[in-house]
Amino acid sequence: MSSTSLFQRDQFREALIQSFMKLAPRTMLRNPVMFTVEIGTAIMLLVTLYSAFSGDDSQGSFGYNAVVFLILFITLLFANFAEAIAEARGKAQAASLRKLREDTPAKLKLADGSLKTIRSSELRKGDAFYCEAGDTIPTDGEIIQGLASIDESAITGESAPVIREAGGDRSSVTGGTRVLSDRITVQVTSEPGTSFLDRMIALVEGASRQKTPNEIALTILLAGFTLVFLIVCVTLKPFADQANTVITIASFISLFVCLIPTTIGGLLSAIGIAGMDRALRANVITKSGRAVETAGDVDVLLLDKTGTITIGNRKATAFFPAPGVARERFISASALGSLADETPEGKSIVELAGADAVKGLSIAGAELITFTAETRSSGVDLPDGRRIRKGAQDAMRKLAERSGHQMPMEVDEVVKRISSNGGTPLVVTENEQVIGCIELQDIIKPGISERFERLRKMGVKTVMVTGDNPLTAKFIAEKAGVDDYIAEATPEDKMAYIKKEQQSGRLVAMMGDGTNDAPALAQADVGVAMNSGTAAAKEAGNMVDLDNDPTKLIEVVEIGKQLLMTRGTLTTFSIANDVAKYFAIVPALFMVSIPALGALNIMNLQSAESAILSAVIFNAIIIPMLIPLALKGVTYRPIGASAILRRNLLIYGLGGVIVPFIGIKLIDMLITPFF
Amino acid sequence: MSTELFGVIATYAITLVLAIPLGRYIARVYKAEKHWSDFLLPLERGIYKLAGVDPNSEMDWKQHLRALLTINALWFVYGFFMLLGQGGLPLNPDGNAGMTPDLAFNTIISFVVNCNLQHYSGESGLTYLTQIAVIMFLQFVSAATGMAALAAVFKALAARSATGLGNFWMYFTRSITRILLPISLVTAFILVLQGTPMTFDGRSTVTTLEGTEQQITQGPTAAMVAIKQLGTNGGGFFGVNSAHPLENPTYLTNMVEVISILLIPIALVFALGFYLQKKKLAWTIFGVMTMGFVLFAAGSILAESHGNPAIAALGIDQPMGSMEGKEVRFGSEASAYWGIATTATSNGSVNAMHDSMTPLSGALQMLDMMINAFYGGVGVGFLNYFVFLIIAVFIAGLMVGRTPEFLGKKVEAREMKIATLIALLHPFLILVATAIASYTITHHGDAAWSVVPANWLNNPGAHGFSEMLYENTSAAANNGSGFEGLGDNNFFWNFVTGLVLILGRFLPIIGPMAIAGMLAAKKAIPEGDGTLRADTATFGGLTFTLIFILAALSFFPALALGPLAEYFDMAQ
Repeated sequence: MSSTSLFQRDQFREALIQSFMKLAPRTMLRNPVMFTVEIGTAIMLLVTLYSAFSGDDSQGSFGYNAVVFLILFITLLFANFAEAIAEARGKAQAASLRKLREDTPAKLKLADGSLKTIRSSELRKGDAFYCEAGDTIPTDGEIIQGLASIDESAITGESAPVIREAGGDRSSVTGGTRVLSDRITVQVTSEPGTSFLDRMIALVEGASRQKTPNEIALTILLAGFTLVFLIVCVTLKPFADQANTVITIASFISLFVCLIPTTIGGLLSAIGIAGMDRALRANVITKSGRAVETAGDVDVLLLDKTGTITIGNRKATAFFPAPGVARERFISASALGSLADETPEGKSIVELAGADAVKGLSIAGAELITFTAETRSSGVDLPDGRRIRKGAQDAMRKLAERSGHQMPMEVDEVVKRISSNGGTPLVVTENEQVIGCIELQDIIKPGISERFERLRKMGVKTVMVTGDNPLTAKFIAEKAGVDDYIAEATPEDKMAYIKKEQQSGRLVAMMGDGTNDAPALAQADVGVAMNSGTAAAKEAGNMVDLDNDPTKLIEVVEIGKQLLMTRGTLTTFSIANDVAKYFAIVPALFMVSIPALGALNIMNLQSAESAILSAVIFNAIIIPMLIPLALKGVTYRPIGASAILRRNLLIYGLGGVIVPFIGIKLIDMLITPFF
Repeated sequence: MSTELFGVIATYAITLVLAIPLGRYIARVYKAEKHWSDFLLPLERGIYKLAGVDPNSEMDWKQHLRALLTINALWFVYGFFMLLGQGGLPLNPDGNAGMTPDLAFNTIISFVVNCNLQHYSGESGLTYLTQIAVIMFLQFVSAATGMAALAAVFKALAARSATGLGNFWMYFTRSITRILLPISLVTAFILVLQGTPMTFDGRSTVTTLEGTEQQITQGPTAAMVAIKQLGTNGGGFFGVNSAHPLENPTYLTNMVEVISILLIPIALVFALGFYLQKKKLAWTIFGVMTMGFVLFAAGSILAESHGNPAIAALGIDQPMGSMEGKEVRFGSEASAYWGIATTATSNGSVNAMHDSMTPLSGALQMLDMMINAFYGGVGVGFLNYFVFLIIAVFIAGLMVGRTPEFLGKKVEAREMKIATLIALLHPFLILVATAIASYTITHHGDAAWSVVPANWLNNPGAHGFSEMLYENTSAAANNGSGFEGLGDNNFFWNFVTGLVLILGRFLPIIGPMAIAGMLAAKKAIPEGDGTLRADTATFGGLTFTLIFILAALSFFPALALGPLAEYFDMAQ
């Protein structure tokens, strides 16, 4: 869908221009750390001009001041560039999605039923439009009439077409996708510019981006650090006066800029944008940055069994005729009852019966009995008077008992055995008499139990939600390795479970698509709606998954964790850098007037001026060097909190102490020839 | 191992052995669990009745602070007028005069805030009445104030989701009746046995061996020395504090006193573990504090036992180490240990002159106070540490990919705002106050004040700067010890340090208490594999490093101009 390389030429150019635009103080004010750097840079500009025109060398030479000014200015640009490139990448990602829907012709359905072709941008919320095979759907909406197969590859990258129809849980269509067959009438669900995608683009562009709670708390901490170092630098002036030491303005500002956490300050917003961008790359549209952050905190994950834990649907795996019923007769009755059944289960029964058994069977003239929630069975009434039904065992038992028949003991036992093996028993009756039982089995997705293991190590509890009976549910739960399950789940059960977990302080994430999922999606801390789901579900959740992939929740949690970790590690790195910077600058300030303090120059830097320049240069170039990390995020490994802390402290804490010692020394060696 | 070093290690070991059971006892006292010490209940009930308070009514964190601040304000007014008028009040056998208003202001603040910075000498500046009814009284209640605040924080941290944090008056009263008074009695008794006076007689006149007559000041000393050490007060009965032969007559009393200095601050860390039933957490915190303490003590002992390089340069052998300003009965190493113990805990009593110690010891003592959380003052030590802990939890929490939480409570923007402000306060107070003093000396050295600013410093250059830096650090940390070269009894220093004292005392109580109160009210999140644990060595190491970078390195430029410049100058 888009390039995965970090920088593309056009994005780079755009970001470069933005780096200058963002120098406007009003924009800088959002970031207190970098704002103080901007003030320092402005002061350095004045000092440079003063030393250029006054001929007074008490504040250092013109050349030295000019270099310090330039480095500070570049520091600002680097920080702005980090934010700008993150925005540019996000924008490019979003724009490639948005491009799909720009100015597609739309067939507006007028009140009298006639069609009028207009531009997609002219569609308003509530309008209805018409699409048929070959049309590109002009905007997001909900099918109000008809059924169609749709190619969603433009958005999901998945080439297999999907069926969308009015009135179910799969009634949503997305702008930019293409109708392959049939025709539908769609009602527009959002005003132009307010679709999820548009909101996402606005978030990335910063217009409506709000700082997330953690980002605010971190900004406060960073502002606090900045203030401490402001105090340190300002009070140094009278101290130095008392010690008869002259410290130039350039040195004061350099000390200040080096000590304040510019590294994390410069990268902070880029990290946040990159988090949303990573979600988008995973084809998840987030309604706010906050949702991504919350995902990292999730303790409980509610996953639907079908499609997430098991592959698609159940398959018939064995026939168990009742005593006294011939096997062939049972198989042919089962096949007859399923021939017209378009459900995957029904098809799998026919498949299992085999071509030989099915050959010669006919349901011409038969009356099809479709599945309803009340009867919980389906089947056929054949012209020869036979009534074949298949369904859940309790429903079929009732059916049989009502007509005075008994459920044979043997069938009962088979039913229990199938259930306890994780299968679903399907009881078949002919003329209300139980003739046997079909075993349906769930196929657990390969690799899924490893993913649950990974989640467990992350500290996330997984809960399987299924309509199966408790026995079956328990078996699959154990086999797949989930921590808990909700069997025979109704939407109310889901809601109650979420509330219970939340009451005990946990954060819950769930995925859903149907309208009856909407309340639970809204109640969950992270609700991911499938793009194929109803508008109500999408409105209730705080993320939309374009791929309709139920395992996406797991990725979302990891993206959230990565986001927080990247902030934490870069903060640590930034603060740890101060140790070396102190040892570069403090001796430089006093070396001349108090020679004894030269002993603190443990890096053996060339001169006071070279030491200060090296520190400032290091401080500036570390920002672009860390941009790739800020954009990609720190790799998350599910190894438990203590192990992650140890690992990150070693890399970013200890590394943060050591790297600047080496970096500053190297820069000092490089620039020494210029002095 | 030298005998001197053995003495130091034994002293610390005894402290630890006493502190652990004391911590368990303190936890029970604050939980108001049944205990044999309940025979004191009738006495406590009498006190509650007399004061008209209900010890069972639950207070939230705001009510706690209101009670705490109100009673402190009352003590301030009471003590201020007592000190002004002491000349005309009874129990004044030596006829000492009342204090000047600015000195009374500084002194009363200093004792209300548990600092005991003394710009006077006890022999001539106070009467027996004010020694007992103002100074000693405040040494008890100011210590109990800090402990009561900490008890409320204990309760807050233990709460699952609650606003009630116990009753301030109950914590306060029990701190005195069950902890401070009984232990003080024991130590005072040992002191009396060793020769510390406990009398209301005036100066005694003795004839010395040389045949001259000498006036020896005495008084009710033993009682005061006991609580001065135990409550991390530090204010001496006599001007030279525990270097005075009557305040600290023998090596044994020296041990008892320095044990008393560290006893309750360490015990309170363990009390936290017992109270929350999180012993590992307590040991982790203890470990971080001890790492800092041992590092500093080792540095100072090494520096002092090696003697003064300037004296060595003269070709003089210093077999006992640097002995300038030290008492021969204690020796250089026990004195260095005391110096670190007293600055770590915001005690401030001295058994040697810190001004005369080698520059490295001076630097370590100042750093100790700048950090002010390695054990720290009674009650307030952990509150200071708590602020660093919250910041460490925040950074570490992000690093493991979760919204930071401490003991199951989310640490969010509001808590961070307070923690950041309190962490900022300490460098702000010390550096700004010192900057003002530096500015005044440099630019207005000849101001026509009673003591001309240019004459404040007894020593020129780096050491003079250290004297000022030490004074403000001591005030901000509520420590009370001094680099005595500074001419500090004048309006400028009385006023500036007075202000620093108030801010440095109450804001660091208000802040952590507010954070704890807010955390207490939040819903507790159950612990999981993804939860950051605050009781691991890794987390301890992070906290230690953070304290070091945040608290210690902020003072690096200032320390470079003071003790470090002096040290490198001497070493050359």
